[in-house]
Amino acid sequence: MYTQAMDTSAKDAGEPEKALRSAEEMQLQQRFDERIDAGEFIEPKDWMPDNYRKTLLRQISQHAHSEIVGMLPEGNWITRAPTLKRKTILLAKVQDEAGHGLYLYSAAETLGTSRDQMTEALLTGRAKYSSIFNYPTLTWADMGTIGWLVDGAAIMNQVPICRCSYAPYARAMIRICREESFHQRQGFEALLTMMTHGTDAQKAMVQDAVDRWWWPSIMMFGPPDDQSPNSAQSMRWGIKRISNDELRQKFIDAAVEQAKVLGVTLPDPDLKWNDERQHWDHGAIDWDEFWRVIGGNGPCNRERLNARVKAWEEGAWVREAALAHARKQATAKEAA
Amino acid sequence: MNEKPSPPNPSPSGRGEQTAAAPESLDWPLWEVFVRSKSGLDHKHCGSLHAADPKMAIQMARDVYTRRQEGTSIWVVRSDQIVASDPGDKGMYFDPMEDKVYRHPTFYRLPESVDHM
Repeated sequence: MYTQAMDTSAKDAGEPEKALRSAEEMQLQQRFDERIDAGEFIEPKDWMPDNYRKTLLRQISQHAHSEIVGMLPEGNWITRAPTLKRKTILLAKVQDEAGHGLYLYSAAETLGTSRDQMTEALLTGRAKYSSIFNYPTLTWADMGTIGWLVDGAAIMNQVPICRCSYAPYARAMIRICREESFHQRQGFEALLTMMTHGTDAQKAMVQDAVDRWWWPSIMMFGPPDDQSPNSAQSMRWGIKRISNDELRQKFIDAAVEQAKVLGVTLPDPDLKWNDERQHWDHGAIDWDEFWRVIGGNGPCNRERLNARVKAWEEGAWVREAALAHARKQATAKEAA
Repeated sequence: MNEKPSPPNPSPSGRGEQTAAAPESLDWPLWEVFVRSKSGLDHKHCGSLHAADPKMAIQMARDVYTRRQEGTSIWVVRSDQIVASDPGDKGMYFDPMEDKVYRHPTFYRLPESVDHM
């Protein structure tokens, strides 16, 4: 799944550059800029500017948290999937999200922050995760809709990150994108099955899910370009490759066609084809809602965080016991 | 998508040192994972994970890195046990090979009749 514009809390990344810098540092900076311009990848032990490190650490860890928290809305439906087939698919998908979280935490750790520190940042509410997971999953059709729209938006966002200048992040993202396509396709297929063979009530359920998930999905691309102050810097560094609005447009253009195939309507009366732009125009996005959810006041923020805290606390004895067992085994081996 | 050229040598990074520097931590140690994708091929580095002991590291590597039959064999190595070359020495270490073109078969021009040699 995904991270949205993770520059939403990027205040520290926008700090003005320190005025006084040593000649050596300026030389390193210049060399770094040249490598970025040449399309080279940056590896963990290479010199990098502090803000580059900070920006990446925040973005990758938030992305990782999003994968982990993203398991919750779907985990909600594993025991209630309508058939064994759908249940195994959902299980596989949720397991993928866990894997994606782990790839990303590993990538973030290469920047010098421990897994424990990142977990703590999530559990204390200091770290953000994608706002989309703060919406509830009310019906089975939400599972299909999340696959189609939420994972669809995620893929649109993530594919350009496969070319991120920071190599560990790019490598994790390549792996993730390879696995993510199944997520979107299974979702669309689940919805298509209901729209083609379902009862009227099931079709209405699909439409209701699309109505609820559409706007939060297109918010996943983050604030409009003119309100993303740190985007330019991220673009300069090769962390971000395509702007929020451009990705959002690409997603909407694709989704409109897919909605036709599905036989659902998208809940935006202002959605219309613009012949001049060769794109679909869309209505105004409620950014107040977006900031409200990011700020902690979405429908499920507290519930999600509480679920993570509970899982962490109740798993503490397992983590400690495994470590104690490992130490005991190591001691026994030494004594032998 | 995905055929992005990822640099062939994912260095083990500075993470191992970090784990070693914090012995009090309740963090499980970090392991680097190498997977052989099919018999006959090399084990290739594919990522890392935290695990309490070797057995758990292997089991978790199976779940994290081979969910779609990506492997037939797995190695795990404690990250703090890996010795890596210093990126700062890259020029000194590797540039000297740049002018040794005579080490490549294409350096030698032969008559066409024997050029398949």
